[in-house]
Amino acid sequence: MDTIIEVKNLTRKFNAFTAVDSVSFSVKKGEIFGFLGPNGAGKTTTINMLCTLLRPTSGEAFVSCCDVVKEPNRVRSEIGIIFQDPSLDDRLTAEDNLRFHGYLYHLSSRDIDRRVPEVLNLVELYDRRKEFVRKYSGGMKRRLEIARGLLHQPKLLFLDEPTLGLDPQTRVHIWEYILKMRQEHGLSIFMTTHYMQEAEVCDRIAIIDHGKIVDLDSPSALKAKYGETSLEGVFLKVTGREIRQQAGESSWVQWMRRP
Amino acid sequence: MGDLWAIYILWLRDLKRYWYDKPRILASLGQPLLFLFVLGTALSPSFKGPMNINFSEFIFPGIITMTVLFTSIFSAISIVWDREFGFLKEVLVAPISRWSIVVGKALGGSTVAVIQGCLMLALAPLVGVKLTPLIVVSTVLGMFLIALAVSALGIVIAARMKEMEGFQMVVNFLIMPLFFLSGALFPLDRLPEWLAVLTRLDPLTYGVDLLRGFMLKINAFPMILNFSVIVGFCLVMMAIAVFEFNLAE
Repeated sequence: MDTIIEVKNLTRKFNAFTAVDSVSFSVKKGEIFGFLGPNGAGKTTTINMLCTLLRPTSGEAFVSCCDVVKEPNRVRSEIGIIFQDPSLDDRLTAEDNLRFHGYLYHLSSRDIDRRVPEVLNLVELYDRRKEFVRKYSGGMKRRLEIARGLLHQPKLLFLDEPTLGLDPQTRVHIWEYILKMRQEHGLSIFMTTHYMQEAEVCDRIAIIDHGKIVDLDSPSALKAKYGETSLEGVFLKVTGREIRQQAGESSWVQWMRRP
Repeated sequence: MGDLWAIYILWLRDLKRYWYDKPRILASLGQPLLFLFVLGTALSPSFKGPMNINFSEFIFPGIITMTVLFTSIFSAISIVWDREFGFLKEVLVAPISRWSIVVGKALGGSTVAVIQGCLMLALAPLVGVKLTPLIVVSTVLGMFLIALAVSALGIVIAARMKEMEGFQMVVNFLIMPLFFLSGALFPLDRLPEWLAVLTRLDPLTYGVDLLRGFMLKINAFPMILNFSVIVGFCLVMMAIAVFEFNLAE
């Protein structure tokens, strides 16, 4: 099998409101697949369904060929998630958080002893591993969270708005590592973003608005199709309005796009 | 095996948090100490207990129950904090079963509660309650059953409570009545009808009576009844907690 995610007519309603409306797509192994859309478009709701936190109202979703509703535990052991909002235990130390995570994912003590310093070094928190997480700044928490998501070497990584609160150096550093993992272990990535520059990293992008996929293709194909030079222009044409985003992030994007 | 491991890990987390938070260990003993020494001493002259037991001795098992009650309920309700601060998501997406989350949490909270209870129990000589190894072992066991039952109740509440705002309500309308009606602070044999009925509806009453039986050898109910009510309550609450966690999305 060469698909890691298979989604058919996935729908989620909250009372009368339809957050995700009959969405279908598939993600290939080793692919970086992006959900691009404004806040409230249904990106996080889709992630929550794919990572078994939320039951779909209707439709089907398979992660690594396992049904997210019927075999949630098999899905859970395949994935790593970096949530948009913090999800650390701030009454424990950074190292406790990571070790705890390793144990929850059934890593052996030996693997934990090896991996914990490795990911702490990656996010440059090794020196501060004994500190309580509540003493951490927002950016440090974010980095720790990313370290934790990578700790158990998942086959599929969910990144929900991954660059929120990260400085450019760290961002480059982390992407470098993620891309290395993709090369070495065939890691697949499903990410959501409303930053256009970040979307450029993706192999394919689904533009989502009001819970529906309005278009899906590679960034270059999308730009060619709509005769635009930027994804922002594409988005504007497709949805008829502008997406909110921060400016001044192009340098790391150029790095990302280097051959 | 995987589930037992997950239970152990979640249990360990609660114990670590407890151990790191030493000020809380002492702070949460303040209230029971006030009840025991201030109320106990003040009301002793006007109290006539069975077998010449003074008031401090009489309420000692009740105060231990109180310590266990408050510690386990706070511990279980911390699930609401975990939800608010996002940590619950980390646990919910981990490849572990829902029931092991509930059991791990209940065992973690109970263990912490029993440790707090033991700190109170260590004051027995000051109160004049005699401890033998058998009394200590049976009391610890009794504390653990009460703690487990209350933790399970707390998890049931936490599964429904989405924000901390509801917390004060729970304390005022559930925890305080559970405590006051349990006979922790008064004998159950001289009550007006309405109060007698209410005390018998409170599951904690049987927990207090269980500990009183172990420590002072005085009982309002047969020990087997006390034991059955607590164990039964615990099992029912545990089942509801697991059911609610499976349901929650």
